[in-house]
Amino acid sequence: MIVLEKRQHPSFWMTYLSPVISIVLTFLIAYFVVSAMGKDPIKVLSLFTLEPLSGKRAIGEVMLKATPLILCSLGLAFCFRSNVWNIGAEGQFLLGAIGAGGMAMWLTEAGVAGAGWLWVSLALLLGAFAGACWAAVTAWLRDRANANEILVSLMLVYVANLLLSYLVFGPWKDPKGWNFPQTLRFADSLSIGRLGTGMRVHWGFVVALISAAAMLWLMFFTSLGARLRVGGLAPGAARFAGFSSRESLWTVLLCSGAFAGLAGAMEVLGPMGQLTPHVSTGYGFTAIIVAFIARLNPLACVLASFLLSILMIGGELAQSRVGLPASVSSMFQGVLLMMLLMVDSFINYRLCWRPGAAKGLKPNA
Amino acid sequence: MHELALLIAAGIASGTPLLLAGLGLLLNERAGVVNLGAEGLMLIAAVAGFGIAFYTGQTWLALLGGALAAAVFSALLAWMVVYLNTNQYASGLALSLFGAGISAFVGAALVGKKLEIETSEKLPFLGDVPFFGPALFQQHTMVYIAVALCFGIVFFLYHTKTGRLLRGIGESPASAHALGYPVQRIRWLSLVIGGAFCGLAGAYLSVIYAPLWVEGMVAGRGWIALALTVFATWRPWRVLMGAYLFGSVTMLQLHLQAIGIEIPTQFMSMLPYVATIIVLALISRNPHWIRANMPASLGKPFHPG
Repeated sequence: MIVLEKRQHPSFWMTYLSPVISIVLTFLIAYFVVSAMGKDPIKVLSLFTLEPLSGKRAIGEVMLKATPLILCSLGLAFCFRSNVWNIGAEGQFLLGAIGAGGMAMWLTEAGVAGAGWLWVSLALLLGAFAGACWAAVTAWLRDRANANEILVSLMLVYVANLLLSYLVFGPWKDPKGWNFPQTLRFADSLSIGRLGTGMRVHWGFVVALISAAAMLWLMFFTSLGARLRVGGLAPGAARFAGFSSRESLWTVLLCSGAFAGLAGAMEVLGPMGQLTPHVSTGYGFTAIIVAFIARLNPLACVLASFLLSILMIGGELAQSRVGLPASVSSMFQGVLLMMLLMVDSFINYRLCWRPGAAKGLKPNA
Repeated sequence: MHELALLIAAGIASGTPLLLAGLGLLLNERAGVVNLGAEGLMLIAAVAGFGIAFYTGQTWLALLGGALAAAVFSALLAWMVVYLNTNQYASGLALSLFGAGISAFVGAALVGKKLEIETSEKLPFLGDVPFFGPALFQQHTMVYIAVALCFGIVFFLYHTKTGRLLRGIGESPASAHALGYPVQRIRWLSLVIGGAFCGLAGAYLSVIYAPLWVEGMVAGRGWIALALTVFATWRPWRVLMGAYLFGSVTMLQLHLQAIGIEIPTQFMSMLPYVATIIVLALISRNPHWIRANMPASLGKPFHPG
């Protein structure tokens, strides 16, 4: 019988090969699913790989979609590293969008002109603050009432969605917008500047890259980062060393909320230009997958964000070009994470053949 | 009075999927495994059940098909967390994300389709009793089956040898293993059966309760069911009570609107989620309730040898 045996040391090769293996496996599964649906698999797979990278404009789109993914996944990686299971980045993202969008709407209505960059920075900060506040609810309930952060942060996603929906269907609806559920279009001076002509990617991308570098420094080169990592790896040791688990809970959640909120704020002030119910296409959830594929490493988060961004754009192309349902990309995102987790278990375990093990109920045999 | 009877009836009907999923999750957690994939399993079952009901017209076949579909994916999750020792939280989450994706993918062709199905039946005699008849005995048979399953779980957990073993594994898998019990197989089975319960819940939603298929129609009920097991401090009867309570909260929004209270619909729709958060906080802040009742090995992987 084949049994799983614990390795003496985690496998060095598997640690780095496992994301690659799981991506290959996911593409293999995609190949079979697509051919079973009677579509040309090579053509569909090229939509998920080559097409999103063909030309300057297309690469700009990849960078644009990678921006919120990088920011959200940085915060999540930070949380997961200290064993805080914040899975509500989507809600924090939406609150950031609401905060920044609300401010931009108010400024546009008030006719504030000039010094656009100042107002944009203020709106972005407000968005980050709103996201952090939303995450603070989770932190507070975990801290004071010991409520499970997975469930609380996830429930808050639904609440945030409904709040956004209330605002754009209700008080914030553009009176001149033909009754569409959306705010007015923000003044041009209130949009984040673009990185180049012919691309929609904006300066937020650079901010995301700087954030990744900053997080790398914070996580691995400061004592705060070390305390948080110890708390995640060995809570007992952290307690013994006198590191406060409350401190790490609040730090990672506020930080992650602020990053997600900033991402949401950039989305409304960047490509959207107004607040609609469809601000997010699931960035907060996709970022969970990014964080895991990146092994919770900030720099790898950037790479993994590019990968998932390509996958998201591939899904849109597959819908418009070959008529696959739009959910094709979220389905394969799920497959990718499951594959990764399965392959990951071979970092610490290996398969080996043990004759006769099937019958033996003897423990310690 | 009639209004109240209708509110109770609606609360029970909308609480039934929570009850079914909650019982399944209770079974998993009593064996020490957290199944964060519940939401995804319910979505998979909802689309499978609706598809079967739409193409065959057979309600019961649809419910069984939904349960089976969820059991298959739950078996996959079980294989991952029990035998490959993957992280329970991450794996469950992956299944939930996958379930949301695949159900939307498969169900794209089913959106907007209608089912011709009788969604409630009046019990003979009992259904005609004033007040209690319309409140309790004019439901779909599945509602009564859910209550019967709750009896079944109570009997299984507290009055059978396997049930006691399952609870023991939840407390201390290492001891159960040392005594020669197949810890991994029992955990695997509990996840498969618990997944089937989640599947029944999902199929009930799309085939009987709604009855229609909309992308993401489970709307967090899987997560609420997870909160329910905490609320119930891992006791089956309290899961039943909590499920009907939450079902009534969901229904309250419609009734408040009916009696003319003007609150924006979005705030009304927030009720079940906000209620879940509040209840979770209130229950969890009492360490005696949680620590005394929580299965000791909950969420911790166990690998023999």
